[in-house]
Amino acid sequence: MTKAAELAKMGEVLTNSQIGGRRNIAYNGAMQISQRSTSETGLGATTGYHTVDRFVLNMGNTAGRLTMSQESITDLSGFAKAVKLDCTTADTSIASNERLIFVQRFEGQDLQQIKKGTSDAEKVTVSFYVKGNANATYTLELADEDNSRFVAQEFSVTSSWTRVVKTFVADTTGKFDNDNAHSMSLNIWLHAGSDFTGGTFTSNTVHTTANQRVGDNQTSFYDSTDRTFFITGVQLEVGSVATPFEHRSFGEELALCQRYFYREVDDDGAMFSWVGFSDSSTSAYLQHPHPVEMRAEPSMTTTGTAGDYSIRKGANTLGCSNVPSLSSSTKRVGHVQWRVSSGMTTGQAIIGKHDGADKFLDWSAEL
Amino acid sequence: MSEFNITTAKYIQDMDGNKTAIETTIDGVVWGVPIAPSNTHYQAIQEWVAEGNTIEDAD
Repeated sequence: MTKAAELAKMGEVLTNSQIGGRRNIAYNGAMQISQRSTSETGLGATTGYHTVDRFVLNMGNTAGRLTMSQESITDLSGFAKAVKLDCTTADTSIASNERLIFVQRFEGQDLQQIKKGTSDAEKVTVSFYVKGNANATYTLELADEDNSRFVAQEFSVTSSWTRVVKTFVADTTGKFDNDNAHSMSLNIWLHAGSDFTGGTFTSNTVHTTANQRVGDNQTSFYDSTDRTFFITGVQLEVGSVATPFEHRSFGEELALCQRYFYREVDDDGAMFSWVGFSDSSTSAYLQHPHPVEMRAEPSMTTTGTAGDYSIRKGANTLGCSNVPSLSSSTKRVGHVQWRVSSGMTTGQAIIGKHDGADKFLDWSAEL
Repeated sequence: MSEFNITTAKYIQDMDGNKTAIETTIDGVVWGVPIAPSNTHYQAIQEWVAEGNTIEDAD
């Protein structure tokens, strides 16, 4: 790059306020946080969050299956973790509605600086590092979920790490809602049927047509069980320049992810973690404070069986008769009913615990 | 179409007898879902009800 070009880029970066504050709108771009699991096999039938936080696999209607894992990497300077997708069952007979999309979903209130739907709308740049088992072409898309508007570009993967940088046109039509609901998806299409590929793809042009969403040169991730896809360093920023990846501390990134999901684990299996009171001889309501204010009132699920949970009242410990169940939740605290077969007195102070590091309660306010 | 496969749903009452949550099975996992419009699971349950399904009363 010439000195003049370098200065011009620097000027643009300054104009766009890309220096001096958080630039990366994406969460967990360095793939550091994986509260749920570090590896899951046999994925492909249903959409879900499986390993690294904030990245959902939108998939379905395919016989293709994959393993998703958080990998430790040593071959990309500055990054220690990446996501690996590994095809374990191929699917070369692609029905029209098949899909596999690596997705991050965003709240509208986190996107207002893009000024979408106004005459001042900004360009947006997405960057990330990828590699695979062999050359491939996939499609990167920004989907406006409030207005059903799409814009996409193809990108290439080789067997070596490459930084993909794609700048998207400013869209002066269709504002993002300024709320905590799902307004935009960053979609990496890895497999798609004709419902999404059948039309004529036009790169970096905003449209509203479902069958024009995926590039004409799209590779199917499910074309062979040799196929792998590695990704890390995902960054979404305002403006037409991809600035260096914005690294965040582990603790900061974890707290950001916990707005959407967190797992209550009892690392030593001995600690009584939650407090409350009994409302009868068999029932108690305990408070579960969330580590950060969550996006919405979260849902709760548990692991294990009743025998994995116990309560303490006074000097006595009682095993639970059921796994804990949600009574109600707010964005800051969950109220959970814990039950025993007998032995409590109404109005007693009660504390609860679960036993073993592999036991947990999950709280989800995901988009 | 919802991305969640819901197979059961039943209201949960708090200690005062108010319906405050729904116990539901989604993709084979039992979730306690608050009655909260911003909750994605609750939105999916509402779609499931709109398709003609019914949430069972609490015990």
